[in-house]
Amino acid sequence: MSIFYFIAFLSILFAVLVISAKNPVHSILYLVLTFFTFTIQYILLNAQFVAIVNFIVYMGAILVLFLYTLMLINLNKNSEPMKTNLVKIAAVLGGGCLLVVVVAALKATGASDPVLFKDPNLGLVKNLGKVLFDEFLLPFEISSLLLLSAMVGAVLLATKDTKTA
Amino acid sequence: MESLSNKRKVLESKPLNLWERIYLPAVVKGLSITLKHFLFKKDVTVRYPEQKREFSENFRGMHSLKRDEEGRERCTACGLCALSCPAEAITMIAAERKPGEENLYREEKYAAVYEINMLRCIFCGLCEEACPKEAIYLDGDIVPADYLRKDFIYGKDKLVEAPLNQ
Amino acid sequence: METGELIVRLVLIVVIFLISLVIAMYSTYAERKIAAFFQDRVGPNRAGPAGILQPLADGAKMFLKEEIIPTNSSKFLFIVGPSLAIMTACIGSAVIPWGQQIQIGSKLYDLQVTDINVGLLYIFGVVSLGVYGIMIGGWASNNKYSLLGAIRAASQNISYEIAMGLSIIALLMVTNTLSLKEIAAQQHGWHWNILRQPFGFILFIVCAFAETNRTPFDLPECETELVGGYHTEYSSMKLGFYLFAEYINMFVSGAVMATLYWGSYNYPGMDWVAGHTGPVIAPLIGTVVLFAKIFLFIFFFMWVRWTIPRFRYDQLMDLGWKGLIPLAIANIIGTGLWITFFK
Ligand code: SF4
Ligand code: SF4
Repeated sequence: MSIFYFIAFLSILFAVLVISAKNPVHSILYLVLTFFTFTIQYILLNAQFVAIVNFIVYMGAILVLFLYTLMLINLNKNSEPMKTNLVKIAAVLGGGCLLVVVVAALKATGASDPVLFKDPNLGLVKNLGKVLFDEFLLPFEISSLLLLSAMVGAVLLATKDTKTA
Repeated sequence: MESLSNKRKVLESKPLNLWERIYLPAVVKGLSITLKHFLFKKDVTVRYPEQKREFSENFRGMHSLKRDEEGRERCTACGLCALSCPAEAITMIAAERKPGEENLYREEKYAAVYEINMLRCIFCGLCEEACPKEAIYLDGDIVPADYLRKDFIYGKDKLVEAPLNQ
Repeated sequence: METGELIVRLVLIVVIFLISLVIAMYSTYAERKIAAFFQDRVGPNRAGPAGILQPLADGAKMFLKEEIIPTNSSKFLFIVGPSLAIMTACIGSAVIPWGQQIQIGSKLYDLQVTDINVGLLYIFGVVSLGVYGIMIGGWASNNKYSLLGAIRAASQNISYEIAMGLSIIALLMVTNTLSLKEIAAQQHGWHWNILRQPFGFILFIVCAFAETNRTPFDLPECETELVGGYHTEYSSMKLGFYLFAEYINMFVSGAVMATLYWGSYNYPGMDWVAGHTGPVIAPLIGTVVLFAKIFLFIFFFMWVRWTIPRFRYDQLMDLGWKGLIPLAIANIIGTGLWITFFK
């Protein structure tokens, strides 16, 4: 349990650093560390597959792409968009609303019972696969459709229009 | 446009066919060629300091100051070599031959100090051509490497030929 | 885990770590020698007999050279880059089974640091992490060539990771497990996976070349265009780390390919050998066989390097996205059909 608290503390610390870091590249790197702590949490839960997929997909691919684009954009201090007062007020309002919702939700549910696994090996590949392709087949397939449509959309955006070009 | 020499060849570059486009056959062919070199071809390296390639006849290496048939230094410190040197590599200090030194120096005037800066020298051989006394020839070896700049200034100790009967 | 096993593991970790370092060291030597032989030269032959001490001399040189950190670099990340590169290169070998179980006393011990049941994915994760070392180093140098090298490395790695993953999926359909230990054990004798997945292997090895940034895919450090690529600004041992990481990566990917496709420690006639030599020697012979396979792969890496010229960047991307990925998907479908109809 103490490991959990330590790692959780690290996650939050790095997450705070993500938004407080001045340099966007640094903040991405903190985000990488945050995701790394998530991976450790998954391992603690004995969810090896999710852990490693989180590792590969989020840390290894998505954040690399983030970093990639950030490096290409020239983010100097003076090119940072002007923050007008209106934007600031809107941000405060938005953040406040979120806080209210979160607090309300916490109050409504109260402290949840610790989650107990029926099967501690649920996170291993075999079991996970069985559950995914059995009980949760429909949501699984639907999410794959979602990804497919996103992919087709990306291809469409990227292809040149043969008529105009 | 019509080419004047009529030597121009028009090369057709056809699009690659499927066999060429899968690359792998070409890759395998290339690999087999390099493997042949790896296995069968002998190396052509000359292992330099131990083994030397023969120099050509007109190779210009390190200078040597010659002696005549009686073993006397031929150089008379006329300075023509220094004058002709495009790299200004040669300096010398002349001295008068004392009585009793006739067996050492052929002319009445000789070079007491004769230095060539081998870092400046471009081994053009103009000094050799300029010399009226046939005193300097670039018939030596390659000038060896060294660590300090001062060690590249060759004095008479290194340049003058060894005395005759020794 | 009781003490005996713990000790064996610790010893194994240290030994594997040392072995990868030594192999990386001597890969640099082998690379130069092999390059020389391919080009009808002799290669390094001064330090020790036949130049055998050359890596030590190189190492000493690297350590003693002046360390230069560019003024406008971000210093911390500049140091993190090479450290990360070499760390990710080293931890990849943790899940590779180096041999069969070996009998010491009356107990059987695994010749594997750890057998996690998603071992294959673990290797993937480590490989995908490897690009961070390059990216961070390239960005932190604050040099346009480094940055371009880093960006090339990133996009290249991501693109080829996909094709690599897809080619592995086909392998998984055949093996039914993600654990490298089981995959190795399945290929007993001559039942090597290369016989079942020859096409997948070709895809995999092409991707492995790209992932290790070796020629013909070494565009991140393409010196004709990018000076030194991502390590332009690096000097001394930090440069050494980057170069070292490349060789360790080569070693690990050789080990992965040997394990996944070329039968790991298995060889035809191993049962006969095991019957004649007993439970201590036989696994060791298997380990030797595995290492022989790895060395062959390393040789192959070098062989290709000194044969094939570099791709152009758009050709690289074309090959990855329009060539390898569709082929890998076709391979998955083909494997699926084969499994449904012939098994
Ligand atoms: S060889 Fe040429 S450069 Fe060298 S000393 Fe003679 S004249 Fe000067
Ligand atoms: S070497 Fe010849 S040219 Fe030079 S000073 Fe002596 S005599 Fe004159």
